Amino acid sequence: MSGSNDPGSTCSETTLTVNGKPHTLLVDHRRVLLDVLREDLELWGARKGCDHGQCGACTVLVDGRRVNSCLLLAVALDGSEVRTVEGLAGDGEDLHPLQQAFLDRDAFQCGYCTPGQLCSALGMLDEAAAGHPSRVTTDVPAGRPVPLDRDEIRERLSGNLCRCGAYPRIVDAVEDVIP
Amino acid sequence: MKTFDYVRAASPEEAAELFAARPGARYLGGGTNLVDLMKLGVEQPDALVDVSRLPLDEVEELPDGSLRVGATVRNSDLAAHPAVRERYPVLSQALLAGASGQLRNAATTGGNLLQRTRCPYFQDISKPCNKRAPGSGCGAREGVHRDHAVLGHSPHCIATHPSDMAVALAALDARVELYGTEGARSVPVADFVRLPGEHPERDTEIAPGELVTGVLLPAAGAGLPSAYRKARDRASYAFALASVAVVLRVTDGVVDQAGIAFGALAHRPWRARRAEQALLGAAPTQAAFEHAVDLELSAAEPLRDNAYKVPLARSLAVDVLTRLARAAGA
Repeated sequence: MSGSNDPGSTCSETTLTVNGKPHTLLVDHRRVLLDVLREDLELWGARKGCDHGQCGACTVLVDGRRVNSCLLLAVALDGSEVRTVEGLAGDGEDLHPLQQAFLDRDAFQCGYCTPGQLCSALGMLDEAAAGHPSRVTTDVPAGRPVPLDRDEIRERLSGNLCRCGAYPRIVDAVEDVIP
Repeated sequence: MKTFDYVRAASPEEAAELFAARPGARYLGGGTNLVDLMKLGVEQPDALVDVSRLPLDEVEELPDGSLRVGATVRNSDLAAHPAVRERYPVLSQALLAGASGQLRNAATTGGNLLQRTRCPYFQDISKPCNKRAPGSGCGAREGVHRDHAVLGHSPHCIATHPSDMAVALAALDARVELYGTEGARSVPVADFVRLPGEHPERDTEIAPGELVTGVLLPAAGAGLPSAYRKARDRASYAFALASVAVVLRVTDGVVDQAGIAFGALAHRPWRARRAEQALLGAAPTQAAFEHAVDLELSAAEPLRDNAYKVPLARSLAVDVLTRLARAAGA
């Protein structure tokens, strides 16, 4: 068993490694990862859109997988590796190639959904490479990488809303970085 | 949100003990529904027993050919599993028709089965709802109910079960495996989720403190045709207006195995046993499929604004049955 030792406790010490840096925090059990990132760690990239897992603006990578950080209790993630939009660029890079592609393709208007779109797209590229199918996948044997055409990209990014409607250019930008 | 205690269990046995020692506890899986309901004030647990890291994250092939899916296997991993894609395509398709990539990465097999209805009256604590507050009435019956049940509803509740996965499991004759302080047991998925009757506050047959530990899929060869089809308001990332899961085997020109379940039509995945009975031994023709599906849907009792679901479900079912029969060379 881990977590609080005395019944009735409302906070627990929680360690999260965020963009490579470990943080140990006393976390109120009610706090979701999104609020810890934004308010405690001052990483304002992940956005609070709907706060109900419906818009994707809060998408980050936890242990390499894209998730809605507004629906994950931080205490339950003790020991996890979190990657946010602030940590996408590699050593010596100003921007991750996908971030540069978003600029080159003008893949946003207001930019509010962009950090979530970026994290979601990177998680999605790994899923497809690992052979995860989508609703529109046909004729790809199990376990083989799934080639990504525009329909695949659109379906796989359907959990990220863009109220400006920049979708066609988001798809263009993602296509630019497909290996 | 009110404060709550949090503990993480290392085994099903420990989870059941931790739960029993904490009145007002809830099990936490992926949290994609429970945390949302806590934000809405619909759920107000005093404690969460985290079962998301229990060692139940394997998909295991058993010697008799059946497949055991652990309760903490994530929806995305289950949909991608080679054995599921090859032998139970209806299950992979149903999972991929639900939610978004982010949600499927978090949602667990057990939690998917136990998710609550998305009826707007259930989710809004300022509205009457017999499921959330027994005896307060049903706001949906005379209110907004375009998405609600047409089969098996009661005067007390017209909510639908929101899962796509459970519809496929019902058609496949899958069983839910449960563990509690009284021991282990298993229940067919089609019976596990209840009809509302006079107790809509009880979604399933699970006992207080009992834990879903897995799902058992009966043996199916790679040649058992199955498929899922879902109608919704937009092409992706929306709950079903109607859906159907079908398992169909044709041998020597007649149907010798049929499993049909409808989604979004009832408080449970609706196993279409009358339609299945009508098809067994029949030639797999479009006329036979239409006759069988009509027999099943003749029991429908649509509400003021959801009669469209009956012909929609009929079209989906006849289409999937016809396509599967064609693929089988009938």
